[in-house]
Amino acid sequence: MTAALRDWRGRAGLLLVLLALVAAIAAPLLTGGDPGTLGDVVATRFVPPFARDVHGVFHLLGTDRLGRDVWTRLAYGGRISLAVGFLSVLLSVVLGTTIGAAAGWWRGWPAAVLSGFTDFALALPRVVLLLLLVALWRPNAALVVLLLGATGWMPVARLVQAEVRAHAARPFVEGAHSVGARSRRVLWRHVLPNALTPVIVAAALGVGNAILLEAGLSYLGLGVQPPTPSWGNMIASGRDTLVNAPWVATAPGVMLVVVVVGCTLLGDALRDAMGGRSTAAL
Amino acid sequence: MLRMIAHRVLAGFAVVAGVVTLTFLLLHAAPGDPAEQLLGPTATAEQLAAGRHALGLDRPLAVQYLSWLSRFGRGDWGTSLATGRPASAMLGRAWPATARLVLVSLVLSYGLGLVVAAVQAARHRSKLDTTLSIASVTLVALPGFWLGLMLVAVFTYLLRVLPAFGVAGYDVDELHGWARLVDALRHLALPLATLTLIGIGAAARFARGAMLDAIEQPFVVAARAKGLATPRLMRHHVLRHALIPIVTLLGLSLPALFSGAVFIEAVFAWPGVGRVLVEAVQARDYPVVMAATAVSATLVVVGNLAADVVAGLVDPRVRAREEASA
Repeated sequence: MTAALRDWRGRAGLLLVLLALVAAIAAPLLTGGDPGTLGDVVATRFVPPFARDVHGVFHLLGTDRLGRDVWTRLAYGGRISLAVGFLSVLLSVVLGTTIGAAAGWWRGWPAAVLSGFTDFALALPRVVLLLLLVALWRPNAALVVLLLGATGWMPVARLVQAEVRAHAARPFVEGAHSVGARSRRVLWRHVLPNALTPVIVAAALGVGNAILLEAGLSYLGLGVQPPTPSWGNMIASGRDTLVNAPWVATAPGVMLVVVVVGCTLLGDALRDAMGGRSTAAL
Repeated sequence: MLRMIAHRVLAGFAVVAGVVTLTFLLLHAAPGDPAEQLLGPTATAEQLAAGRHALGLDRPLAVQYLSWLSRFGRGDWGTSLATGRPASAMLGRAWPATARLVLVSLVLSYGLGLVVAAVQAARHRSKLDTTLSIASVTLVALPGFWLGLMLVAVFTYLLRVLPAFGVAGYDVDELHGWARLVDALRHLALPLATLTLIGIGAAARFARGAMLDAIEQPFVVAARAKGLATPRLMRHHVLRHALIPIVTLLGLSLPALFSGAVFIEAVFAWPGVGRVLVEAVQARDYPVVMAATAVSATLVVVGNLAADVVAGLVDPRVRAREEASA
C-alpha cells in the first residue's frame, strides 16, 4: 500500500476516491439539506449553476426540472452509487474467495466441479444477465448490490484458485502441515493471506466497473428508483432537458468519471507496487 | 487446430444452452407470469387459470422446458407479447445492426488504440506518455450512455450537424446511391464514436503494457543496439511481438463492447439486439427476452471463438501447444 502511494497514480487515485467519499458521507454538512425536497417548483426550476433562485438561495450546480438542487442530489446520489459499488465488490470478493479457495485447496472432483462452474459463469454475458435479473424483481439498490455481487465473483475465484494452488505447494505450507496444523488452519492462516494480494487489485478496478454498471442500470430505469437520487438516474432525468438545462445530466456524469478514474489509477498503482501482472478486473 | 476449434465450438454450445436454460428457469422463478402480462390487471382468477392453461403454463416445469426447447431448436421462438410479431423476426432484423456497430467499433478502437500505445511505448516515461495514459484512463472510465448524451448535446442540439436517433432518416426510401450511404454513415457516426472512444482507451491501456513487455525482450534491445531507427523498430519488432496478447484481448473485449452497445443502443434508439433486449425486459415480454438472450449469448460466444482461432493463426506457439495437448 505504501509502495502504491509512492506512485503518483496511487496518490491521485486515492485523492479522487476520497474526495467523492467525503462529499457523500458529509452530504448533510456540505449541502442545503434533503435531496428530495420539492419547494416552489415553477419558480426554482432550471436555475443555472453558480446562480441564485428567486428566493435568494444559491445553487452551486443549478437546479433540475423540479427545482431540486443538483449539488445536493449529487452528494446524496454519491452515497448510493459508492455504496452499491463497494458493497457489491465486497460480496464478489467474499463469494469469489470462498469458491476459489475451495477449488484451489480441495483435490479431485469437487475442485473440478467448482472450477468448471467458475469457467461457465465467466462465459455468461454479464450485462444480459443483469438486465434480465433486475427486471424480474422490483429493482432497488439492495437488489442491484446483490446481483452485481452475484455476477462479479468469477474473476476473483479464478485468481484465488490459482494463487491457492501455487501457495499450497510451497515449503512454508508443507511446514505448517508437518507441525500438525489442521488443514483448515493452514488454509486460513498461511495460504489465504498470501493469495489475497491480487484480489485487492481486482477489487479496486472492480469498484469502478460496478459503479458504472449500477449507473447504466439506473439510467435504463432498472436500478435505483427515483426519487432516491443515484448518479445513473440523475443522468436519465437530465436526458430530456439536455438543451435547456445541460448541467443536470453533465454533473453526475463528471462525478462518475472522477470516481472510476480514481479507482482505475489506484488499481494500476497497487498492481505495479505488488509486482503482479494480473490485468483481471471484476 | 481443427480439434481445438471443434472443442471450442462444443464449449460455446454448452454456454449458449446454459444461458437459455438459466433464463428459462429465472423467468419461471420470478413473480408474475406471461398470462398476467397478457390479460392485464383486470383479469379474474378463472381467466388467469384459463390463460395459463392455454399457454401451457400449468404443466410441470420439466415438460414446459422440453417442449419450449424443442420449439426453440426448430426456430419457433414464439410471438412477442408486446408487438404480436414473431420473436425470431424481431431478432433477425436486430442482430446485423448490433454486429455492424460492434465490429466497426472494434476495428477502429484497436487501430487507433495501437497507434496511441505505440507512441506511448516509444516515449516511455515521457510527459507525452503520462498525458496519453491519463487520457486513456479517462476514456475507459466514461459511462457510454452519458458520453452518448453529451455527444448528442453537442453535435445534434448545439451544432446541429449529426442526427441522434436511429439508423436512417425518415426520407431513407427516397434516397439512392451516395445519398443513402451518406445518410447511413451520418446516423452511424455518434453511436460509433461513443463506443469507439471508450474502446480506444481500453485498447491503448492494454496495448501499451504489451508493447512495454515486448520492448524489454533481448531481441529488441539487440535490434536497437544495431542502430535500428525507432519507428522501424516499433513496427517490425515490438508491434509484431505485442500482437499476440493483443489479439487474445480482442476476443475478450468483444463481450465488453457488446455490453457497452446495450446501453448505447438505448441512448441512440439503435435498432439492435441490446435495444430489443432492454425493451423486452422493461415490458416483461418473455418470448422476446428469451430470444434476445440466446442471440446475445451466441454473438458473444462466436466472438470469443473467432478470437481464439485468430490467436492460433497469429501465434504458431499457441497452435503447437494446442496440438501437443490434444
